Amino acid sequence: MFFYHFGKYLLFLKNVFTKPENLKVYWKEIVREMNLIGVGSFGIIAVISIFLGAVTCIQTAYQLVSNLIPRDIIGVITRDSVIIEFSPTICLLVLAGRVGGSIASELGTMRVTEQIDALEIMGVNSSGYLVLPKIIASVITIPMLVVISMFLGIFSAYLIGPLTGVISGAEFISGVLRDWNPYIVFVALIKTYIFSFLLSSVSAYQGFYTKGGALDVGISSTKAVVYSSVLILFADYLVAQVLL
Amino acid sequence: MIELKNVSKSFDSNQVLKNISAIFKPGITNMIIGGSGSGKTTLLKCMIGLHEIDAGEINYDGIDFSKLDFKEKIPIRKEIGMLFQSAALFDSMNVEDNILFPLNMFSDFTMEEKLDRINFCLKRVNLENVNQLKIADLSGGMKKRVGIARAIAMQPKYLFCDEPNSGLDPRTSIIIDNLIREITLEYQITTVINSHDMNSVMEIGDHIIFLHQGQNWWEGSNTELIKSDNQEVNEFVFASKLMKSKYQ
Repeated sequence: MFFYHFGKYLLFLKNVFTKPENLKVYWKEIVREMNLIGVGSFGIIAVISIFLGAVTCIQTAYQLVSNLIPRDIIGVITRDSVIIEFSPTICLLVLAGRVGGSIASELGTMRVTEQIDALEIMGVNSSGYLVLPKIIASVITIPMLVVISMFLGIFSAYLIGPLTGVISGAEFISGVLRDWNPYIVFVALIKTYIFSFLLSSVSAYQGFYTKGGALDVGISSTKAVVYSSVLILFADYLVAQVLL
Repeated sequence: MIELKNVSKSFDSNQVLKNISAIFKPGITNMIIGGSGSGKTTLLKCMIGLHEIDAGEINYDGIDFSKLDFKEKIPIRKEIGMLFQSAALFDSMNVEDNILFPLNMFSDFTMEEKLDRINFCLKRVNLENVNQLKIADLSGGMKKRVGIARAIAMQPKYLFCDEPNSGLDPRTSIIIDNLIREITLEYQITTVINSHDMNSVMEIGDHIIFLHQGQNWWEGSNTELIKSDNQEVNEFVFASKLMKSKYQ
């Protein structure tokens, strides 16, 4: 069963990445999807990032009980945790629910209401027209959201530290700047690109091959969220193993 | 002209279509009728390439469509218009964008020419000033008419209609039937309608194929249909009291 779906997924991707019939129409769709996926997800990503950064700062301070450890280490740990793990992984897991579920239910509904059949009869490569803009929009906008999430996470930690008295602003800044290695941003972005592709393509695959009616659209949507979340976590492990 | 030669199709061990042969000529309304599970929808889906057939030929003006790959099918598909049972309009777009879609995808018209074509198609199906309406705001009959407008936007040579009257009141059904017939005659389109609505069959059925157990069981015109002595045909045609009282 796994190999059947894996093979079908690869063939699906082959169809998705064939030459578009009309670049203008595809471009219009990419812009529309960038708005839906990127701009539409900004709010939830901002809220999550602010709380993630704040919680990381407070919990790190709570665990540092020894006076021998400098306080600015809170800044170092918050920075590294937010950049390398929380922003790429937690945000993408949340987006798997918001964006992945939406992609699968949109395509699933189009399938059961024969809109995909209508495209195919017209001679349009339906998987290319419907899925390629979603993948491109995801791969462009989600890394932007993750970068914003990194800034918001660290900034919220910078605000909450002095506010709760766990660390002063100067100590936090000193920690954020200490032993700075840009390589962690590179790893975080590699993760984000891989996760964005997995999220959009796996969700699109689940939605595109929906069979049946409204109930099956719901099932496809659930599968899209579950499978893309598990694959994101698995890819997270692989990237960490290979790149760190 | 569309010619079917010994078309067969199975799903796993269930053979749905058995050696179906038929000819659908242009300028007349060809209808495929039959009871539920007789294979009507499967035959229509095979003809438009949504299902691959197991054996036989589906010839569009001499070209065997079933043997072509996706890219080779595109020139023929551009000449096909399809009206779905549910109209299958793109609900993320308004009326105008639905009709504009095939023109944007496959024509070299300027925007002005495209808008002229859209307005012409909408006028042809007796709809005006609905360009900006959302699909969700249309009635069932209006959706079918927009579906027809989209189907004829690219001036198709072949028009397929899957249960065009389902879910419509009798009056709107007659309007849709007459519209399909007028368009067929006017543009000399090869029209194939899949239906089990006997009023439609008697109204516009120039050439009828009756499917039974996946076979081409009977073939003829609507006047021949009511005079047929075929038992299965009679059971289907005169199943309602109205048909019995009117024609038997």
